[in-house]
Amino acid sequence: MKRPSLVKRLSFGLRGRLIAGYLLVAAISVVATAGFTYYQAHISILRTGQDTLLNSLRDATTTFAGDLPYPPTRAQLTSFAGKLASGSGFRIITVSYGAQSVTSAQGGPAIPEPLRRDVTANRELTFQRVTQDGTPWLTAGTPITFADSRQPSGIEVYGATPLRSLSDAKAAVWVASQYGAIPALVLAVPPALLAARGVLRPVRRLQHGARRMADGDLTSRIKATGNDELADLTKAFNESTAALETTVGELRRMEASARRFAADVSHELRTPVATMVAVSDVLDDSADTLQPDISRAARLVTTEADRLARLVDDLMEISRFDAGANTLIAYDIDVAEAVRACLRARGWQDKVSTDLPEPPVTARLDPRRLDVVIANLVGNALRHGAPPVTVRVTASEGDEGCVRINVTDHGGGLSPETAAHLFDRFYKADQARSRSEGSGLGLAIAWENTRLHGGTLTAANGPHGGAVFTAEFPRTPTAGDGT
Amino acid sequence: MPQILLIEDDQSLRDGLQLALEHQGHRVHAAESGHAGLTALRTTRTDLVVLDLMLPDTDGFEVCRRIRASWPVPVIMLTARGDDSDIVRGLDAGADDYVVKPVRGRVLDARIRAVLRGQDPSPATTATEIYEELTVDRSGLSITKNGRRVALTPLELRLLLHLSADPGHVFARQELLETVWGHDPSADVRLVDSGIARLRTKIEDDPASARYIQTARGFGYRFGPL
Repeated sequence: MKRPSLVKRLSFGLRGRLIAGYLLVAAISVVATAGFTYYQAHISILRTGQDTLLNSLRDATTTFAGDLPYPPTRAQLTSFAGKLASGSGFRIITVSYGAQSVTSAQGGPAIPEPLRRDVTANRELTFQRVTQDGTPWLTAGTPITFADSRQPSGIEVYGATPLRSLSDAKAAVWVASQYGAIPALVLAVPPALLAARGVLRPVRRLQHGARRMADGDLTSRIKATGNDELADLTKAFNESTAALETTVGELRRMEASARRFAADVSHELRTPVATMVAVSDVLDDSADTLQPDISRAARLVTTEADRLARLVDDLMEISRFDAGANTLIAYDIDVAEAVRACLRARGWQDKVSTDLPEPPVTARLDPRRLDVVIANLVGNALRHGAPPVTVRVTASEGDEGCVRINVTDHGGGLSPETAAHLFDRFYKADQARSRSEGSGLGLAIAWENTRLHGGTLTAANGPHGGAVFTAEFPRTPTAGDGT
Repeated sequence: MPQILLIEDDQSLRDGLQLALEHQGHRVHAAESGHAGLTALRTTRTDLVVLDLMLPDTDGFEVCRRIRASWPVPVIMLTARGDDSDIVRGLDAGADDYVVKPVRGRVLDARIRAVLRGQDPSPATTATEIYEELTVDRSGLSITKNGRRVALTPLELRLLLHLSADPGHVFARQELLETVWGHDPSADVRLVDSGIARLRTKIEDDPASARYIQTARGFGYRFGPL
């Protein structure tokens, strides 16, 4: 299993990241300042305290050594150590002279051997810090020299004293740093929020603008404020939207004018076509009495006039769909009866077999549009498929239920190429046949009519060859008004 | 031989329709405008008007209303396919039926005959039926209300006789469209609604709350029950 990356797990919103970044910078500043302050204070306190102690040890040794007889007795050494202990600031004083060694008080760390060697070798005041039981101690030692010859007398003074007071002072600085840092961090939050808001407001405006654009509102523009990078981004966004609006507007105008042209052409064709169709019967009825070639011409004219009329009708119908001018007049109808009526009206009862449900299935549909769908599907199956053609109606129950009308033929079926373009306007499956009997718009119109009901129209190949067209209607359409 | 008044503004279509109707055996008087049509109605005996809704001078619907107001002559309107709102407005203006252009002469002739066709008299064995104030004489093809004869167009009479033949039975609108009007299923079912509305204004006391011809909401219409 792949673990989510750390970055992903820690990802917050832009606001969270901005505030976190701000606080992190503040925290780093505060910690660095406090740490540096503490370090400086630490060194300063240590050096000052240490120097004071060492100076007082040196002074006390110089002062009291003058009174010490030479060579001293053990009692004199003890007295000397006692005086030093009270006058030097060191808690424990050890005085050694050859093999003798006296100590003013018990406890404390032993004098470190390196210190002892340094004092003997260097003949000057030397110190070393040691730690005993967690407490830092300062140990120092100095040889006593003769005032006149500067020669070592062999007497050495060692002092040891705890540095607790210095530790306390350092602790106070540490606490002060902490107490200073916390308010600093707290005080950093409001400016962090303000800064985040300042950045986020234009970002949010951009977000809203992009969403409006995604919803299709290309007129949306965003107010650009200031001169920063976000203002530049906002301006760039506005320019892109304006360019897009222009392009889309141009495309829409071109498409609308193409559609209007198609609608206008078919409208203009309507009246002349109507005249031709009106007189067709006069020609047809007289054709038998005319000379053969005139009779053939007359029949050609009347046949083509009918076809032209169908084409103009279908073009007008498609134009109305394009213009969104078609509406549903839906009410509860018996779908099986609608199928029977459609076949009866066109004289197809004998050519088409039916498989209709018992009891009758009712659905809220527009009967005229349903008739168009059935007639186009059956007409298509009769023209392009092979018999037997079957119309089957099935239904699923419930409010969400739907009615399915299958039109099946037993022809060669559909090639993938044909199936993909079947519902395109003027699509011809058989390119060799330049014109079909229909207008070339029948299936496109059936598709639009099905969609107007909120249904679907699909085509596929049946399990035993041949094409199966399936129109599926919701039993209660999403649009339309019923009575 | 029925006398038809054809009101159509486009000259070619007017000539074509006149030719087609005369070929079918009608006598046709053609008028090129609504105004000319109304004048012709005053001067010439007319059995039926074929009216194009798109007229230049007067609105076709207005011509239809004026005809309806002054003459008992049936009106068939010519409409363009898909102009559903025109069909509704035409029916509201009082048209009896509509035909969608382009139309073959034979089809228009069939429509005209359907509108003009009276009910074939039923066998004389059928007695006169009495429904409260309404008397239906199937053999005499007459309707009287409170003893006074109600003037119905042939279509309205056919509609009433069809509904009252099976009182209480609900007839679907699609069914009435096919049996009474003789339309195929692609016709506009609102034709039935407007026919029912016109029939109600003639036989009901209050067409808004009909007693004789009742609506079965979502299904159709029935005669009674009283």
